This record gives sequence, structure tokens and C-alpha cells, in this order.
Amino acid sequence: MGLPPALTGGPRGDPSVAGFLLRRLTASFLLLFAVATGVFFLVHAAPGDPTDVFEGQRINREQRETLRHLYGLDRPLGEQYLRWLAALAQGELGLSLAQQRPVATILAEAFPATLLLATGAIAVEFGIALLLGIAAARRPGGYADQTIRLGSLVFVSQPPFWIALMLVLLFAHLWPVLPASHMRSVDADLLSPAGRAWDLLRHLLLPSLALGLYNAGSTLRFVRGSVIEVMGTDYIRAARARGLSERRVLWVHGLRNALTPLIQLFALSFPQLLNGALLTEIIFAWPGLGRATFAAVLSRDYPLILGLTLFSAFVVILGNLLADLLQAAADPRVRRHA
Amino acid sequence: MRSPSLWVGAILAGLLGLTVIAAPRLAPYDPDEQLDPAAASYRPPGTELAAIHLTTGTWRLADRVERTPGGLRIERLGRTEELAADQVLNLTADGVADRRFYLVGSDKFGRDLWSRMLRGGQISLTIGLLAALVALVAGIAVGAAAALGGPWVDGFLMRSVDALLAIPSMLLFIAIAALFRPGTAGLVLLLAGGAWMTISRLLRAEILSLKERDFILAARALGLHPFTIFRRHLLPNALTPVLTQTMLLIGQIILVESSLSFLGMGVQPPTATWGNLVADGRESISYAWWIATFPGAAISLAVIAFNLLGDGLRDVLDPRTR
Repeated sequence: MGLPPALTGGPRGDPSVAGFLLRRLTASFLLLFAVATGVFFLVHAAPGDPTDVFEGQRINREQRETLRHLYGLDRPLGEQYLRWLAALAQGELGLSLAQQRPVATILAEAFPATLLLATGAIAVEFGIALLLGIAAARRPGGYADQTIRLGSLVFVSQPPFWIALMLVLLFAHLWPVLPASHMRSVDADLLSPAGRAWDLLRHLLLPSLALGLYNAGSTLRFVRGSVIEVMGTDYIRAARARGLSERRVLWVHGLRNALTPLIQLFALSFPQLLNGALLTEIIFAWPGLGRATFAAVLSRDYPLILGLTLFSAFVVILGNLLADLLQAAADPRVRRHA
Repeated sequence: MRSPSLWVGAILAGLLGLTVIAAPRLAPYDPDEQLDPAAASYRPPGTELAAIHLTTGTWRLADRVERTPGGLRIERLGRTEELAADQVLNLTADGVADRRFYLVGSDKFGRDLWSRMLRGGQISLTIGLLAALVALVAGIAVGAAAALGGPWVDGFLMRSVDALLAIPSMLLFIAIAALFRPGTAGLVLLLAGGAWMTISRLLRAEILSLKERDFILAARALGLHPFTIFRRHLLPNALTPVLTQTMLLIGQIILVESSLSFLGMGVQPPTATWGNLVADGRESISYAWWIATFPGAAISLAVIAFNLLGDGLRDVLDPRTR
């Protein structure tokens, strides 16, 4: 994995934050537009169309043509694209063909679930990464370091869906303490508010663990590398020379500088988080964006596929932008030059 | 022995490669063989069944057989049956000549999971390696074009790379796989299509930093053709980090391929791939844990091998990262 652009420096020239922000926003907007266009033509270039879903059901050729006309699929591709773009410019994502509901509504329903899952996963990921990453960095090359490094390599090598299944096997079947799927129990409505929160938490635990463990390995390596690098710098040597205790050097002087890049890493980890959430949600029947994507793709629901892709790309680009801004705020050199 | 991970990775990858190449010889049975699904389905690892070949041409699998004067007494599906000697083709003095041994268990249809894992590994690893190769070539081409083609080409190519990296790749993979239903060759291209970007970024950065070095400037001053400079001087010097990255990429591609297979969007069943096998085991995880567990462990082992190899190569070739 090469260094993300935010970590290697921003654009040249204008040192002002406003100018930097403007350039970044324009670039992000163009990027989003490019993604939207690319995905639109990709989806429409696929053989067949959404009415194929009705194949084998009692629908004749005429009805099918009516549907195609209704969906606007009989118009020239260029016109469909312009219409879609015009609607998009007005904030209209269209109607899901399979669910016959606005795409925006489906997104609004699914997003909180994914956000909750992502929050749980990030807590697991960064908890493990910080704890073990710092422990490994205290004596590079030592016994603990070697073990932790090997462990992190093993974890980044796991298929995410397999970790999820193994967690289900362990904690839902062999030692049945946690629910294996869904976001709430069937009888959750009958519970007290506190009971409902507990129920949600229990359902959240396995999916978060599955997604978090999968992402923890690479973050751990980053933390370790960053701490080792900072601990070798002159100002740390100076702090040691002043006779500060090793603990104080690490926690007060070392970590503050070593962990600043972590904020950006967090913002840049959105794509990986969404990728993992897709599989995790399908396995745990978690009603978020990933499961909605899977359903949309299976039913060839063009507007929903486009809406979901665009929204995911938006989240990812937002993450990149956030990372750049955080970097610019933390380090004026980024604003000034590359 | 400067880098133990390099050696362990190389040995693991080598063993996996050999196992997979020799899979047809190592597999004890035909991976699609279903002799007696009713009696053999969901048998745990280490189960041994006697295989009775009947004169009707079909097979019976029994937990126990006992030779009786008139023929065989078999225990199958919890019942005891008597078979006359002239009904059985593979009768011996103390039972029957054939058996089925399920090293890591059997699946729903009584197929041998070990044989299916070997076959699946052949397919999964071949696809992974081919896709990595395609990604390497494409990544080198784009990276070189961006670094050497002038600011416009560079801007266009690198912004395209940004755009591709901005879409969560799994979403795009799933959409393309479901909408286009690619065959095996299409799948290789799809996987490579999602992997070349890191290579081209890396190569571009390497070339840009090499371009200003004295030996390249000297080559240019000598009037060498730009392509000759690229082929003889730039590429060989930039290749080390690229190859390291490719090793790591193989692992990534294997993970993505298995994820797609797991979702039913890769190589289609009944062909076994590691991902398909884990998907098979998902529904039966509460009563047949082995079906999802062992193929998943195989994927993990393969990815560990390539990641160790990549890490080890980096340790040896690029001392800065140690």
C-alpha cells in the first residue's frame, strides 16, 4: 500500500486555507461527477435490463415494453443520461424499480445501520491497533514485537467473510452467547428502552468484531511504524537526555506526534470499511447499505445501484477531503508546498 | 537468513503451488463424485465408510460391514441390511474392497471435501495469479505512460486512478459481476481491473524520482531513444518495489476472488473454488462446521504465504522500511 496522497503532501502554490479548500472541493466535485458518469454507462452497458427480473413470470412482450417505456429504458442512452443528471442536479435520485420507493428513502433507512456497524468496527479496530501497536513499538525486534507483527500479518490475511463465519460458529453455535444475525430480536418491541439498547448491543457485537478484526491488522502496523519512527527522532532523544522517564517520553512526547497521522488514516479507511461492511452485512443480515447493494444488484435495480454507488463514492471522497483538511490544519507545510 | 518471513513465505507458497499442481494425483476421489448422498452427507472429518459396489451399478456407503456366509450385513443410515453375495461386485473375504475416507469431512451431497478443496485451490490460485499478472502489466503500462507522457497524460491517468479508487471496489466488483456475469476469463480481467491502480501509482512515483537522477540525464544527453531509456534504465530500477507490491497484490486478489465466489458471483457452482466451498458451508455452519472452516483456512494460508513473501522481499530489497 503506497502512502495516500494526503500523507505525501497536497497541491502546490497558494498557501491560504481558503484557496486550498476551494481547490480540493472542486476536485472532489469533479471526481464525484466522473464516478457518476462512469457508473451510469457501466450499468447501462450490461446485457439485458431491469425487466429481465420478470422473466419466467406471467408478463408478455407488450407489458414488458410498457414497463420499459415507464422506466424510460426505451429512450436513447444519451437522453437517459442527461435526464438522470438533470434530476441528480436537483437532488433527485429517482425511484427504486424493485421496491417502488424513492432511492433517497432507502439510503436514509440503510445508512444509520451501516454507520452503527462502522462505529462498532472502528472501536474494535483502533482499540486493538493502538493497544498492540504501541506494545509492539516499545521494543522493536523484541519478542512481543515479533509476535504482534506475525499476528497482524495473519489477521490481514483472513478472508473477512470467513472471520465472520468463524465468529458465528464460536459465539452463536458452539458457545451460544450472542445472536448470529439481524439487528434486533423478534420481540425487541416488547422490551424496555434499556432492554432494547442491550439487545441492539448484543446484535452489534459479532458484526463489529468481524469487521474490526479484519481492518485491525493494517492499522496496527501503521501505529507501530509511526511510533517507532517518532521514538527515533532528535526531540525524543533530547527528552530522554533531559532525564525524563521512558514512560513519560512515550506517552507525553512520543504518542502525540506519532498518532496525529492516525486521524487521517481513519478518514482514509472509509473505502475499506465500506468494502468490509458489504460482506459483513450480508452474512449477519444487517439492514445497512451493503445488504441494500446486494439486493439492488441482484434485482438489476438501476436507480438504486446508481444511488448506492454515488453515495458510497461520496462518503469515500468526503473521507479523502477530511483527511486533506486535517493534514492541512495540522501541518502548514502541506498548504505551502508539496 | 536475513528475513525469516521471506523463507517461510516462499516455502509455504511453494508447498501450496506444488499441492495445487499435483492436485489431481493428491485428491483421493473425484471432487464431484456422489456415490451415496443419503448415507454420506455431512460426515465429520475422519469418517471412514465402506463402499459397496452393487451389481445394479450403484454404490452403497455403510458405516460397518460384516461378512456373513450368505453375503454381507451392512449398517447404513442407522439400519441393518442384508445383502446377498451375488448382489455385490467388490466382495472380499472379510468385507468389501473399497472404502471412502473423509479426511476433512463430506458435504451435503456426500462429496469428499478434501478432494473438492484441492480442485478449488487449483481454480482459486490460478485465477489469482493470472489476475495479478494482468494487473502488473496494465499497471506498468499506465504508470509508465503517466510518468513519461507529459503533464496532460499524467493528469488524466492519475485522476482516473483517483476516481477508480474512490469507489469502494467491492461494490463495483459485485455490480459488474452480477450485471455482466463474466466467465472465468472475464473474472480474471475484472479482478485485475480492480488491482492495477496501486502498481501504476507506485511505478509512476519511482520513475519520476529516477528521471532526474544523473545516470538517466546522462542517457538522455547521449541521445538514447526514450523507449530505450525506459526499457534499459528506468524499468529495471523501478521494478523492485513494484514486484514486492505484486506479491501483496496476489494475496489481495485471492481474497477478493474468494469474496465474490462466496457471494455466488465468481466461478459458478458446481465448480469448486475455495470461496464457493465456504459459501456451501455457511448454511450448515450450525451442524457441519467443517465445510466452511477448512476451505476458509486454505484461503487464509494462501494469503498468509503471499503476504509473508511480499513482506520478506521488502525487508531484503528495501532496508529503509525495517
